[in-house]
Amino acid sequence: MTNNSSTTAVRFNKVSRYFGEVKAVDQVDLDIQDGEFFSMLGPSGSGKTTCLRMIAGFDRPTAGSIHLYGQDVSNLPPYERNVNTVFQDYALFPHMNVGENIAYGLMVKKVSKEERAKRVDEMLELVQLAGYAGRKPSQLSGGQRQRVALARALINHPKVLLLDEPLGALDLKLRQQMQVELKAIQKRVGITFIFVTHDQEEAITMSDRIAVFSQGGIEQVGSPLEIYEKPASAFVAGFVGTSNLISGEVARRLAGSENTFSLRPEKIHLGATLEASPKDVISVDGVVRDVIYLGLYTRYLVEIEGGIDLVVVEQNLKTTSMDVLSAKGRKVKLSWHRDHINPLGG
Amino acid sequence: MPSNSSDTRPKASWGLKLAALGTLLFLHVPIAIIFLYTLTPDETTYTFPLPGFTLKWFAVAWGREDLWRSLKLSLQVASIATVAALILGTLAAAAVYRSKFFGREAISFLLVLPIALPGIVTGIALRTAIGGMSIPFSFWTIVIGHATFCVVVVYNNVLARFRRTSASMIEASMDLGANSFQTFRHVVLPNIATALLAGGMLAFALSFDEVIVTTFTAGQQTTLPIWIFSQLTRPRDRPVTNVVATFVVLITFIPIFLAQRLSTSSSDTEGGTK
Amino acid sequence: MLNRISTYFYQRPKLVLALFLTPPLLYMGVVYLGSLFALLINSFYAIDDFTGLIIREFTLKTYAQIFTPANREIFMRTAGMAAAVTIADALIAFPLAYYIAKFASPRLKTWLVIAVTIPLWSSYLVRVYAWKLILAKEGILSWFINLLHLDGPLDWLLSLPGIGGSSLSLSPIGMFIVFMYIWLPYMIIPIQTALERVPASLLEASSDLGAKPLQTFRTVILPLAFPGVVAGSIFTFSLTLGDFIVPLTLGNSKFFIGQAVYSYQGTAGNIPLAAAMTMGPVTIMIVYLLIARRLGAFDAL
Repeated sequence: MTNNSSTTAVRFNKVSRYFGEVKAVDQVDLDIQDGEFFSMLGPSGSGKTTCLRMIAGFDRPTAGSIHLYGQDVSNLPPYERNVNTVFQDYALFPHMNVGENIAYGLMVKKVSKEERAKRVDEMLELVQLAGYAGRKPSQLSGGQRQRVALARALINHPKVLLLDEPLGALDLKLRQQMQVELKAIQKRVGITFIFVTHDQEEAITMSDRIAVFSQGGIEQVGSPLEIYEKPASAFVAGFVGTSNLISGEVARRLAGSENTFSLRPEKIHLGATLEASPKDVISVDGVVRDVIYLGLYTRYLVEIEGGIDLVVVEQNLKTTSMDVLSAKGRKVKLSWHRDHINPLGG
Repeated sequence: MPSNSSDTRPKASWGLKLAALGTLLFLHVPIAIIFLYTLTPDETTYTFPLPGFTLKWFAVAWGREDLWRSLKLSLQVASIATVAALILGTLAAAAVYRSKFFGREAISFLLVLPIALPGIVTGIALRTAIGGMSIPFSFWTIVIGHATFCVVVVYNNVLARFRRTSASMIEASMDLGANSFQTFRHVVLPNIATALLAGGMLAFALSFDEVIVTTFTAGQQTTLPIWIFSQLTRPRDRPVTNVVATFVVLITFIPIFLAQRLSTSSSDTEGGTK
Repeated sequence: MLNRISTYFYQRPKLVLALFLTPPLLYMGVVYLGSLFALLINSFYAIDDFTGLIIREFTLKTYAQIFTPANREIFMRTAGMAAAVTIADALIAFPLAYYIAKFASPRLKTWLVIAVTIPLWSSYLVRVYAWKLILAKEGILSWFINLLHLDGPLDWLLSLPGIGGSSLSLSPIGMFIVFMYIWLPYMIIPIQTALERVPASLLEASSDLGAKPLQTFRTVILPLAFPGVVAGSIFTFSLTLGDFIVPLTLGNSKFFIGQAVYSYQGTAGNIPLAAAMTMGPVTIMIVYLLIARRLGAFDAL
């Protein structure tokens, strides 16, 4: 996994963090490369935020060590690390205006006033808030606060920027816009971004690589493509997108082995034949149990031989809602390409 | 929100309104009567209606050396007790806020004890300890007594503010490169400033007119409240006492009023941003 | 340099906690608790009848003195006064607290709360003094009573044994009025806080179910306000028990606990007896606090 041609920005070496009896993070090994947009994805309580806080220095590992560009920082306080954080609640200082907030890191490092003013202007430009320096955080919208928090972190030229669910509080439209902007800013400044989120779609859209967390450990690390197409475990298959998990007798009949495999709903074709040589195609008969029309696509619940329900998704290219809804109760043939069967480890 | 809730709010009956107004008047009219009596020319009784009007007692009180000495002592005691309360109360609040440790409840209980128990208990306890160790009464014995019940006022105010402050703000400051000292100066202090001010002013007012504990810890010294107390039991300077009482009301009213405004207005803006 | 000191402490959170806690704990623990302890110890000493010096030997002699009929009477009188004041305060506090909590507009409410809170913090002594003026024989209250031709009933009231006296300013009735006045804010605020927590929907539900306003008041509001009343009574009761300023100012020769303590330690120089005497209010208050906690009053504080 480690790519020797690039430098490792953050390395977790058997890192554990216990809170009393609770193992928030358990024996995690992880390498994050310089310059990558890396996401830590998982449900709440999976340990992703604790990992982020240990990189920032707000928390210290109970065991193991954390290295930043080769330096062991496990015991360094936050102000001794060249890492900055964008907080979930932004944590803007309410008694300072936008300019003072952004300049804070430079102020405590005793950078001259002129230099500070110049760099604050650059940052406001970068986050498209030019002219807002005099406002108080309370006068800003959620999206604007978000940009200020970003500017306040980036002005210090950190080697790594940590983002703790920064888009969680924004509405959908704004969130999608900020996703694009964040990605663009990361390209421009070329800093390693470590992004914590529970939103798999967000992680897939933005990341170079993703680590999927569950119960204090990492289930899988890989590119969005790998994570989506080749989930390593039932947890990943279920958490990132939707998957049909098939095991036992039915699995043996369909894939030749009783081991569990996952199959994405959109890979399954409903009724129509696949343009592939018959030996690569797996087909099965079923009955449509339920139909949910979702505009862009339609979700079918199909019961196949053996009593298992499969979720099938079809894009609404030609169909209309009228056609779709009448499918309920109909006998159908399902087919998919053999390559889309993803055997799960373990 | 206000207009909406006033529509649904039930109307109070006249009886309730009158009773509420009566209680309110009962609370405040007596003080106004003292103000009125500062103008009486009558030196020996509290005759009402006043036999006439004069402003001379203000001048008489102004010229009294003993009053100035008492005032100076009271101000000094209140200032030092307030400073001590600010330091001790803030430290205790910071400790309780920062970490969950065994006995947090006990700390709150210990700090509240001096105002939960009757003042005379604190007074006589200190008196006994001071006497038992043969410490002479001094300025400092008064201050020590006052600080015991002022600490809780600062503690409560500051702890409440800490609890309303986002914890990630302190982390954000350190994350941006500020060490603990810089974080305290640039982030913590500005955020608890009004709570410190409110707590400090209340502590000052509390100390400035405290009499029960002071009686036991002052020895022969006369604070302003002790001076008034002596006039209560053996009235010699009735008209001057009226002036002094008025002065004490005004000088404590200002910090208390400001402290109340400070704590209510900061909670308003808190609610506004949410 | 500062960074290094800061880092040193950052890596030792327990040390920081200890540094924060030491000054307040040292002060309150040593000075305050130490004094209370000294008080307790002294209550087990006794005074030599001839020399008037304290004999530092363990004895229960002083406690025995408390149970003399004279002292028992002092306890009963004080507790009776405290109870009367508490009940009266609860009664007159309720309408204002109820109005502030449930009827006042937000703006008016802010001002009313300030109007109730200011007397809580300020000028205890001056507020006692005010009544010295008001209750004086030639003062404003007498003038007013005269105006209403109520002298007869007043004289009758003052002639009653036990509560009467030569004038309002030198009688238990006068003391009662002053105590009631002084501690009133301590009762209003907890009741208001308790009523504040009664959701409006609960009142609406009650009237929806067909309860008349008076029924709603009796079956819904009063029970919910009760913890507030108990919380308020902690203050009114405790403060009355320990006060010696009001009895000294308006009382007669009949002692109250605070007054007795004050005179034992002062003129008589009998610290052990004064100490043993204060254990009375302390015990009563501890029992009271335990009962109050059972009744859920601490939530309303």
